[in-house]
Amino acid sequence: MPLLRLNGFVTDTWVHLGDADALPASGDIVVPYARLLREWEQLLKHDGRLGAVFPNIDRVEALTLFLPRLALIVLPFPSFTDGRAYSLARQLREIGYRGELRAAGNVLPDQLQFMRQVGFDSFDVSDRFEASVWLKASRQMSLAYQRGLYRPAGETEVWSERHREAEPWLEQPHAG
Amino acid sequence: MYRYDEFDHQFVRERTSQFADQAQRRLSGELTEDEFRPLRLMNGLYLQLHAYMLRIAIPYGTLSARQMRQLAMIARKWDKNYGHFTTRQNIQFNWIKLEDTAAILAALADVEMHAIQTSGNCIRNVTTDHWAGAAADEIADPRPVGELLRQWSSLHPEFSFLPRKFKIAVTGAPNDRAAVKVHDIGLRMHHDENGARGWEVMVGGGQGRTPVIAVTVRDFLPENELLAYLEAIMRVYNLYGRRDNKYKARIKILVHEIGPDKFRQEVEAEYAKRPKQETEVEEKELARIAAYFASPAFEKLSRWSARFEEARTGNKDFAQWVRTNIAAHRVDGYAIVNISLKPVGGIPGDASAEQMDVAADLAEKYSFGEVRVSHAQNLVLPHVKRDDLFAVWQALVAAEMATANYGLAGDIIACPGLDYCALATARAIPVSQSISRKFADIDWQQDIGPLKINISGCINACGHHHVGHIGILGLDKKGEEYYQITLGGSSSEEASIGSILGPGFAGPDVADAIEKIVNTYMGLRQPGEEFLSAYRRVGPQPFKEALYATA
Repeated sequence: MPLLRLNGFVTDTWVHLGDADALPASGDIVVPYARLLREWEQLLKHDGRLGAVFPNIDRVEALTLFLPRLALIVLPFPSFTDGRAYSLARQLREIGYRGELRAAGNVLPDQLQFMRQVGFDSFDVSDRFEASVWLKASRQMSLAYQRGLYRPAGETEVWSERHREAEPWLEQPHAG
Repeated sequence: MYRYDEFDHQFVRERTSQFADQAQRRLSGELTEDEFRPLRLMNGLYLQLHAYMLRIAIPYGTLSARQMRQLAMIARKWDKNYGHFTTRQNIQFNWIKLEDTAAILAALADVEMHAIQTSGNCIRNVTTDHWAGAAADEIADPRPVGELLRQWSSLHPEFSFLPRKFKIAVTGAPNDRAAVKVHDIGLRMHHDENGARGWEVMVGGGQGRTPVIAVTVRDFLPENELLAYLEAIMRVYNLYGRRDNKYKARIKILVHEIGPDKFRQEVEAEYAKRPKQETEVEEKELARIAAYFASPAFEKLSRWSARFEEARTGNKDFAQWVRTNIAAHRVDGYAIVNISLKPVGGIPGDASAEQMDVAADLAEKYSFGEVRVSHAQNLVLPHVKRDDLFAVWQALVAAEMATANYGLAGDIIACPGLDYCALATARAIPVSQSISRKFADIDWQQDIGPLKINISGCINACGHHHVGHIGILGLDKKGEEYYQITLGGSSSEEASIGSILGPGFAGPDVADAIEKIVNTYMGLRQPGEEFLSAYRRVGPQPFKEALYATA
């Protein structure tokens, strides 16, 4: 699966470990959430950055303790119609998570912009489409009515634009 | 009325060209039907039994004369010269070709309309009181909030893939004409003890397979906190609503399964996290929108219209129509005109292109250019001078739109049923027509009094049979259509779900059964007692005896 960031395909430098895979001596690793819970003490000492795959069934508050140490959180989309991860992503950004937030699973071009807007900044995508298709899809709409979304420069927040004299939404770092 | 600014125009244009591109890719075969399906559904395009159906949003049921004429044009040019007004105050065109959809959406964009989110598991077209801004009992016009919600919910990135579709209704009046208690979220405006305006927020109402009356999660929400609070509700639903079974995926099931108290706790906890700074821009935006809904330039008129009284005395048919199809306006000398789209033996909610043009002309000439669509599938001219009522009526008579049955037995709500719909299990239209013909005598209908008959062609309840005073549900029993009758439903501020009366009836026998029910009511009613009140007093027994007693 190619890894997409907001400028195009990149090489995934993370090592993805299952529940039983041996820990490498060093390097960036991603583990399932259950393993994070189980081996937290040991993982804290790991020489390299730490990431976790967080399932759709738990509350983001469960991650609070781990957040300062996490540099990558992967949220799965079991199917593109399952929208739970949109809310989880937003909640993670709202409680202050600033690391990489990756969408995995059934990620399709027509949902890419929504994902980016709620705070995802990397995407495990299928190799069925070229990078240009993805990049075009991520900017299908140049404006949004909702406020506080992640957006690249040049994308318009309609209500903020109409009411420039009002207090701006607390600036959010742009994704990517 | 609301007018698009540059941003609204650009938003709809971008969306339209995006869909044109998708339709082109489908036509060229680049997209399979499976891949195209979710894309077309997000733009209101369904594949029905015989053709594509395009459902067009009419936000909060309000149309300008110009928009109505454009709908007539679409009916002429791309459909079979008619359209179907729905119970969500929308319009559907039933005979659309895929290759024409991009052109139709562009024609809609020209008059500030679209088909965004008229389908799919997202927040659907917000509905409200069809008498908004005109009703005598109104606290505030609910349409500015309707427009605020339209914008806020349009392509909302967090809430476009909900467990299931999501319907919001708003009423600004104590007499609920928007059926807010049978919506996923119902909002009722009222005052607190200090006179401040706010919302009663109700959640988890709905029809379909599992009819439920909504529960109140907040008695009084300050007006400016609405969007933040709705975001909290939507998030709780998006995270915890069931996704394992589409028949248990509506928010009503979540509220029921975890209980209203727990649901309220979850919402309030999520709400407490929202940043306070959100409200300022929303207040300004609501004020900006509200300016578009400023009261029209009503003349200072006497409550008494000599011209009207003279016409009423001189013309029995006009007098008969006035008795049912006119409602009190908040301004002296004006009236609300309800245009029945339920001619005797007709198809509920259908209007020809010519009829749409007549409605547009009348709106322009007599009603400050405004027409409304009601969830009962009728049209409304909201602001007509009493002096002009006779002229309006004459024009409606000529267009066969003057049936004097508003709110009566002939004013039947029916879904398209098996004549069009791919989900239906039975036909709804022929049953509606046979009942309509049975009650063709308007004097008799007026004698019977207010009566809501609702027909759905399947368990999904698009004809809202659960909340009909008399509800009719079409089912399929071993290849035969048969119809279950429920009594005692209501979608008003005293909402209730109807109860099944007994075994169902074959299609040709339904109208007779309804007649027996009505005659039973006529026999037992007390002076001035309406059907629903009588049913609530006596219960089902007398009706059961009338229908099922063996000879």
